[in-house]
Amino acid sequence: MTLQAVRPRDTTKLPQRIQAAGVYIAIAALLVFNLAFTPHFATVTNLRLQLVQVVPVAIVAVGMALVIATEGIDLSVGSTMALAAALIPLYIGYGVWPAIVVALAAGLAMGLASGWLVAFAGMQPIIATLGLLVAGRGLALVLADGRLVELFDPTLGALGNSAVLGVPVSVLIVIGVAVVAGVAMRRTAFGRRVLAIGGNRSAATLAGLPVKRTLVTVYAVSGLLAAVAGVLSTARQGASDPSFVGLLIELSAITAVVVGGTPLSGGRVRIVGTLMGALLMQLITATIIQHNLPDSTARMVQAAIIVAAVYVQRGRSAA
Amino acid sequence: MTTAAVRVRAVSKRFAGVRALDGVSLDLYPGEAHALVGENGAGKSTLIKLITGVHHPDEGQVCYLDEPVLFAGPREAQAAGISTIYQEVNLVPMRSVAGNLFLGREPTNRLGLISFRRMNRQAREVLRRYGITADVRRPLGELGLGVQQMIAVARALSTDARVVIMDEPTSSLEPREVDRLVEVIELLRRQRIAVLYVTHKLDEVFRVCQRVTVLRDGRVVHSGPVAETTRLRLVATMLGRDVADVREHGATSFSEQHQAAAGELVLRAEALTRRPLLDGVSVDVHAGEVVGLAGLLGSGRTETAKAVFGADPVDSGSVRVGAEARASAGAKPARRRWSPAAAIRRGIGMVPEDRGSEGVIGELSVRDNIVLAALPRLTRAGFLSDRRQDALVDTFVKRLRIKASSPDQKVRELSGGNQQKVLLARMLCLYPKVLILDEPTRGIDVGAKAEIQALIDELAAQGLGVLLISSELEEVVEGSDRVLVLRDGAVVGTLRGTEISEDRIMQAIAAGGEERP
Repeated sequence: MTLQAVRPRDTTKLPQRIQAAGVYIAIAALLVFNLAFTPHFATVTNLRLQLVQVVPVAIVAVGMALVIATEGIDLSVGSTMALAAALIPLYIGYGVWPAIVVALAAGLAMGLASGWLVAFAGMQPIIATLGLLVAGRGLALVLADGRLVELFDPTLGALGNSAVLGVPVSVLIVIGVAVVAGVAMRRTAFGRRVLAIGGNRSAATLAGLPVKRTLVTVYAVSGLLAAVAGVLSTARQGASDPSFVGLLIELSAITAVVVGGTPLSGGRVRIVGTLMGALLMQLITATIIQHNLPDSTARMVQAAIIVAAVYVQRGRSAA
Repeated sequence: MTTAAVRVRAVSKRFAGVRALDGVSLDLYPGEAHALVGENGAGKSTLIKLITGVHHPDEGQVCYLDEPVLFAGPREAQAAGISTIYQEVNLVPMRSVAGNLFLGREPTNRLGLISFRRMNRQAREVLRRYGITADVRRPLGELGLGVQQMIAVARALSTDARVVIMDEPTSSLEPREVDRLVEVIELLRRQRIAVLYVTHKLDEVFRVCQRVTVLRDGRVVHSGPVAETTRLRLVATMLGRDVADVREHGATSFSEQHQAAAGELVLRAEALTRRPLLDGVSVDVHAGEVVGLAGLLGSGRTETAKAVFGADPVDSGSVRVGAEARASAGAKPARRRWSPAAAIRRGIGMVPEDRGSEGVIGELSVRDNIVLAALPRLTRAGFLSDRRQDALVDTFVKRLRIKASSPDQKVRELSGGNQQKVLLARMLCLYPKVLILDEPTRGIDVGAKAEIQALIDELAAQGLGVLLISSELEEVVEGSDRVLVLRDGAVVGTLRGTEISEDRIMQAIAAGGEERP
């Protein structure tokens, strides 16, 4: 006798759906508010500006989402951006592309270093990447001698400011990164490994998964994406500014990931949600600035949102 | 008759339209140990949660000392005198034993600071009363699980409880610790405390309890004095089966005759040593053979399994699988890095002891959990093939009769038995030569237990070599073709065929003990 005691289990899905939709609802509400009350909001120039401004956070946040999915965290991303930015003026003499390759390689190296510390040296991710946060920006400042360097390279400028069919190149890069990350997480063995490690690392090890290699890869990807963000920021500003580029971006990226519905406890990831989380933070800042409130207000609102997002996650996992 | 300490009257509880409890009544009297048994999903946990105020009944009423009560939560229930001891020890491993005993109600001195001297002295008194030997200043986490469990019991009792609910308190205890717990329960009964004893182990029902209530599918199917029932009848009521049917199949579901293992050698582990846990353990497993590892908690059973599977490092020793094992007489083993990944590639599978923390990945679906170890075989250029995944998952869900609403259901929503089946499926879909099963039926319901035991037989009949670890002697005795008895990290006896009996195993363990100076 087989008792097929199949119980309906739709109960957990409704609150999850509301939580998943939360970021979209918030974005929609902010758009409606701005369309109604903010002058010059619904102009192509302004909308494009919003998108371009969100690029660095969005790219960094995608890498951060993968790291967080393994139950880790990467605080070194801002310093990696600075390191990438500092290297460009040093190598631009060999051409723009060699300089960019060097910058990206530096990002990869930073990521490999954090990955090694976490996976092989067994350090806590927050400590390992905190170390690299300090070391990375220090190295960047030494390399750049602490100065801002203006860059007048037309190719670099185009990377930062040109558009294809009206869509800025940097925005296209974000979309490309997100698509690749999304497909990798959903459709590949790599993605499954990442989620398994975040969900239960011992179980992943006992299932024979290459846990350490996967962790190193994830941090390497995060480092590489941070370098991409550093290059794009430098290109858009037309200047390498290692003192300030990427400063505190790790916090915005973590916020974007969490607000987008990826739990800090690992095992689950939302790539599109992460992009939306980044966009939401950008819209909040824009709204507040355009209504002549100080930037610090935007930070407080962001803080409230991250607390709320984590609170909602907590409620769900306790249920 | 005295008035009941707890009286549950016709309670019903639904979760999202699903009936978890349906008109359940239960009286718990001072001075009695009352067994609550039933398969997983029968409603035992829900009933406990209704009594302790975690949930409130939709219908019916819970009375405590003849007053209808609706506790706001376990804390309030505890303050009123209903203590609960959970299956997993929920104490703070980093704090001292005394700190745990008095967690949240530490004795203070005149300045309002914790008085460690008084706390330690009182803690020693408490431990002495329950016959526990442990240094009260040591961190709890350094002690064995069994002692931790006893301390959890002592903590629950030192709060002036009138009712103690124990949820499978013996699942991680050694036999002599169980003895101690039984003594403690006797002590409680003499103090007129009511004990509600939730268990999967029928032995304990007869040993510990005076009355028993059986739940099935949210209803009470039997309630009465233990003396008036039999093991067989209890099993039958829990399963909803005929007594005759159970008798025919035995208490475990292993078939009675095991063919003498004749298959070729598939696993040879030699002189595995990992000080101080393992001291030169050698294990051979042949195709179609079930080799049982028996021994007390901490005797090296799990450590042997983990060493063979590469999950824990060893100081020395070798593991060889398949043709390599057969060709190895005297050959020097190749030195290589041994890891779970390497073991799996060579054809060893393992279902670990701790299902929750080392087995399932709760957030992932049934499908993702099953295919986890088989990922390399299901991908082309790194991309997963849905078709091949689904075919594999479908095969094993059907074969093991995994009850899930769909392969997309999250594993954490499944019952313990079904989670265990998911783990078995994860290893079986690799078609291993040897399967290591560490406590494959611990903490799962009787039905799933029977299915898994029958499955082990079936797999062995098909030529799989099985290394079976179980703390239930009965399971090792009935399931194994050969039994290795471990003690203090070494093999102290080997039993074959008709030699295998609970008595002989216990003798081997005891004899091993006498050899010690």
